[in-house]
Amino acid sequence: MTTATTKVWDTLLRDAKERLADAQPYVKEGKVVAAEDAVKLLEAVIRPGDKVNIEGDNQKQADFLAECLCKVDPAKVHDLHMVQSVLSLSSHMDIFEKGIAKKVDFSFSGPQGGRLAEFVNEGKIELGSIHTYLELYGRYYMDLTPRVALCVGYQADKNGNLYTGFNTEDTPVIAEATKFRQGIVIAQVNEIVDELPRIDIPGDWVDFVIQSPKPFYCEPLFTRDPALITDSQILRAMMVIKGIYAEYGIQRLNHGVGFDTAAIELLLPTYGEELGLKGKICNRFILNPHPCLIPAIESGWVESIHSFGGEIGMDKYVKARPDVFFIGPDGDMRSNRCYSQMAGHYAIDCFIGGTLQIDKYGNSSTATATRIAGFGGAPNMGCDAKGRRHATGAWTKCGEEYAMGPELYGDMPRGKRLVVQLQETFREKLAPGFVDQLDAVKLQKTANLDIPPVMIYSDDLTHIVTEEGIAYLHKCGSMAEKMAAIRAVAGFTKVGLEEDPAETEKLREKGIFKTAEDLGVDVSKANRNLLAAKTVHDLVDWSGGLYNPPAKFRNW
Amino acid sequence: MALQELTYTFEAANPQPFPVEWMHSGVVGSGDMEVMFTKEDLGGKVNFKIVTPVTGFDEVWSRVLQKFVNESGISDVNVEINDNNATPVVVSMRLRQALQDAKKEA
Repeated sequence: MTTATTKVWDTLLRDAKERLADAQPYVKEGKVVAAEDAVKLLEAVIRPGDKVNIEGDNQKQADFLAECLCKVDPAKVHDLHMVQSVLSLSSHMDIFEKGIAKKVDFSFSGPQGGRLAEFVNEGKIELGSIHTYLELYGRYYMDLTPRVALCVGYQADKNGNLYTGFNTEDTPVIAEATKFRQGIVIAQVNEIVDELPRIDIPGDWVDFVIQSPKPFYCEPLFTRDPALITDSQILRAMMVIKGIYAEYGIQRLNHGVGFDTAAIELLLPTYGEELGLKGKICNRFILNPHPCLIPAIESGWVESIHSFGGEIGMDKYVKARPDVFFIGPDGDMRSNRCYSQMAGHYAIDCFIGGTLQIDKYGNSSTATATRIAGFGGAPNMGCDAKGRRHATGAWTKCGEEYAMGPELYGDMPRGKRLVVQLQETFREKLAPGFVDQLDAVKLQKTANLDIPPVMIYSDDLTHIVTEEGIAYLHKCGSMAEKMAAIRAVAGFTKVGLEEDPAETEKLREKGIFKTAEDLGVDVSKANRNLLAAKTVHDLVDWSGGLYNPPAKFRNW
Repeated sequence: MALQELTYTFEAANPQPFPVEWMHSGVVGSGDMEVMFTKEDLGGKVNFKIVTPVTGFDEVWSRVLQKFVNESGISDVNVEINDNNATPVVVSMRLRQALQDAKKEA
């Protein structure tokens, strides 16, 4: 038997070679392309309809390449399908306005959330799905592999080796997916040098490197000024330390970006020390190098920290604490959002953070009716990882207390992740933190989404902490009981006003609801004197001068 | 910013005497309030006078103050609050903190 035709098995590679050949006129030495040729380079290697990734997260941004993509000729480059972690720069949105890109799959849109909702309504943008980071990275290796990736690093050499260092973040997961499907990887770097401190991305994964006219943009998102921490945040922090961290012996955890967790971090060396908890709680974290954690690290609380990304001004401090952070052979930290998220999904015992709204069933979301914001990594950490098979004390205890467990898997011993939401019953302008229905439901309709964007579902949420006390939701044997527990912590919001005092008393007897008094937390001590650092300047002092805060946090 | 005055009177189920003759606590910063307690024989009742720029939350004030009186059992005292947009959270915390301080002082 003979076959008339021969199947071609390397169309992707042939296509890539054509593109690389088209780009040759712009290549100088090795893989170096000049900044002024960047737009022409993009026009040479990007084809209409391509899946394109612009690297960037809530910290570092490939901002120069994003601006260059806005300048390509829409007659040559159009209908792109953007697959990327965030839409946070105005250039990320301009490419849709100009008709260069048409569709987007992403994780988080922070500052561009309002504009994104408008574009979706006006039909300027076709919205794929809103993912968690890990979910989107997963799809890079399934059906959303970028054809061209626009990455960012600190330094490159002329052979394309990249140094991404402290802010490695998403680069490895993007570059690997793209290059190993024969895609094109372009990197902007702050400088091209002869010798790199270390190689974070090997040169044969990178096709072109461009020295950008100015250093990449990076947001100090995880810097919280202790001067802005309020007494009610301190009260909630005291309740968390006593009623959750000490109660369960929480050793492995993530702290989010908010002031509530900053307050907890600043109470460890004071209130935590007073309760004799050092060594028993908060030993291992995944988090960005939070400046507010410096006093706890300096007081010997923290054994290890792996970071999603770097934080501006923390590099020298981190470098000087190699026993705590993950440090490369060159002495500098390497962050990696993918691996930190993986640890956040499988290896932490507790996720804790704030939210905008919790509904009467215990579903929570930061979505508002007019902004499509997404949640980044929170849902992967704020859920019970169903594939987890290793036990720790905290995980086991929470599982033992899980009242719905026997209904779901009989008498089989199984643990449970603690997922804690810290909530102020009323925020500024008296916006209620507890609502009958989430704004996410309205957003689903206005933005025509498949499902309402929920950050944490009720069945994953184990604890809510408000100034009223702590609701231990996983101890509830039914949705009706859980709703009563939510009313008990919902204060004077409409949800809370439905509270039946007799019912709340029953919940107190069962240990499902505990007030500050029940927990033995002295409300009169809930003031700023309890903070280990009261200002950014105090944090600099704690660090022995190693922490170098960004200018906007220097008010002295 | 027009200020309005609200007054309420409550009586605790298990009244207990206020621990000191006079007590002041807090600062009228943004999102905060000050409170003054002055002991007086009111037949077991507690009188509240609130000066606040916020309108439309009379019912919430009533609930917050009633809950404070019921839980603490305070009696025979005039309470004056000067409010600058404190949330119900802050109001109830400031009241609880002031009472704790009064007990420590006594």
